[in-house]
Amino acid sequence: MAQDVQQLIARAQAQYVRCIDDGDLAEWPDFFTPACVYKITTADNYRRGLPGAMIYAASRGMLVDRVASLRDANIYERHSYRHVLGQPFVLSDDGNEARSETSFMVARIMRDGSTDLFATGRYCDVYVRHADAVDEVKLRERIVVCDSSRIDTLLALPL
Amino acid sequence: MNIIPIKPARRASIAWPAEGLTRVPYALFQDEDVYADEQQAIFRGPNWSYLCLEAELPNPGDFRSTFVGDAPVVVTRDADGELYAFENRCAHRGAMVCLEDQGNAKDFSCVYHAWTYNLQGDLVGVAFKDGINGKGGMKPDFCLGDHGLRKLRVASLHGLVFGSFSDDVPPLDEYLGDAIVERIARVLEGRTPVVLGRFTQMLPNNWKLYFENVKDSYHASILHLFFTTFQLNRLSQRGGIIVDEGGGHHVSYSAVDHSATAKQQKPANDYAEQKIRSESEHHLEDTSVLAGIDEFDDGVTLQILSVFPGFVLQQIQNAIAVRQILPRGARQTELNWTYLGFDDDTPELREMRLRQANLVGPAGYVSMEDGCVGGFVQRGIDAASDANSVLEMGGDSAESSASRVTEASIRGFWKAYRNAMGY
Repeated sequence: MAQDVQQLIARAQAQYVRCIDDGDLAEWPDFFTPACVYKITTADNYRRGLPGAMIYAASRGMLVDRVASLRDANIYERHSYRHVLGQPFVLSDDGNEARSETSFMVARIMRDGSTDLFATGRYCDVYVRHADAVDEVKLRERIVVCDSSRIDTLLALPL
Repeated sequence: MNIIPIKPARRASIAWPAEGLTRVPYALFQDEDVYADEQQAIFRGPNWSYLCLEAELPNPGDFRSTFVGDAPVVVTRDADGELYAFENRCAHRGAMVCLEDQGNAKDFSCVYHAWTYNLQGDLVGVAFKDGINGKGGMKPDFCLGDHGLRKLRVASLHGLVFGSFSDDVPPLDEYLGDAIVERIARVLEGRTPVVLGRFTQMLPNNWKLYFENVKDSYHASILHLFFTTFQLNRLSQRGGIIVDEGGGHHVSYSAVDHSATAKQQKPANDYAEQKIRSESEHHLEDTSVLAGIDEFDDGVTLQILSVFPGFVLQQIQNAIAVRQILPRGARQTELNWTYLGFDDDTPELREMRLRQANLVGPAGYVSMEDGCVGGFVQRGIDAASDANSVLEMGGDSAESSASRVTEASIRGFWKAYRNAMGY
């Protein structure tokens, strides 16, 4: 990938959080390649190499299912997120795929207006250049590593 | 000298409704005095609380921090290979002597004044005990042996480690009873568990609301649509509940009844008739989340087992986990999930467990609702401390039953609770 890989990633991530916070969640799986990994775990598990996750999708289909279940099956009080991301730090870039880490903070806004810091952490990502569009990158892997081991009440919407 | 044990008076006065186990006063989920009484009568009383897994302490010197009710507790394995547990509170001025979640140590030294304890919790050293240059120091009659950490009784069963502050608690297998021991053995006997992950969920409700939820076989296929839709846990499946004699422990289980499902699609109609959401057109893009094997050769796809006052062993297909329920004040509960595999898992089975783990935990397809529904009750009853809940599904007894359309195991919990609290 070219030297603007950091810019490409930053733009993709800005779209990603806009989709979750303000857009249509049904489009969220489109940020991933068809064969992908998405996980939400904790820094403690990640450090210890424990593979268990709160959410684990091993394909884009599983992300689609997650959205469908949140929409049609699961019960939770209406809420939304506000993601604030740091700059992506590019760890490696072989021209084909790039590894990066990006810190995040997420506030959760509940139905009654109460707003709390819900999660902080980092995305550990593998981005690949989109086959058809050279100026677009997709996630082949996103491990969401939450700093805290605690989740308040439940984790419904993705991070 | 005769010592007459003094039972401290209860702080709260609760008059149980005349109906008995079919009514539960909402005040029990709100009252700070009730909470304080529970700490004494239940969590520091003659009951066994789950501490950790033996597999988490494989080597001499290994330790883990946990809680029994409000009390911080450390569990250790000493050089003799035995497990010990003690309150994480220095006998001197009360500071915690262990500040790590887990690790390996030769001893525990309080950071405040360097009082040092061995792995069994005995005091072995006091800084400047004899003063300096003959001046200062502890009183001459100070005896190290009188100032150990408060110890717990420890017992383990099929790799699960339990502890109790009480000397009056019956032996663990007797406390659990044969039926519960047998169902724990079904999942864990002769196996070495491997921790796959640990997650903590903070629930905005009293601990008893979560424990009621665990024991509530009536809600499972109503609140959790994911199960219902994918035929994982319909009440019309073969199954039942076991409630132990004391009422506090339970098992709810169900198995796929292949003969019944092959014959007809009747279950879906049952739900439609009750106007319960059950959208059978719901389908998965990737069904690998549900792929599993009959690990126990008995067709049982779900076994939820609870031990009074705060332990759950869960088998949902191949998603196996232990849950520790810790009260955190009258209106908050800490739920600690430990996801398990076993050391002889094939890579395929391990991957199945990890994918099925999507069903459980704070984001679980069939468990996230349990994270919020207790809060719905807690907020719903805010102005109803003089009212009661109604538990009449399946009658008024607290006995085992072949039907899971019953609240018998919840009534069982309240039977054990009343007994423990003297209500």
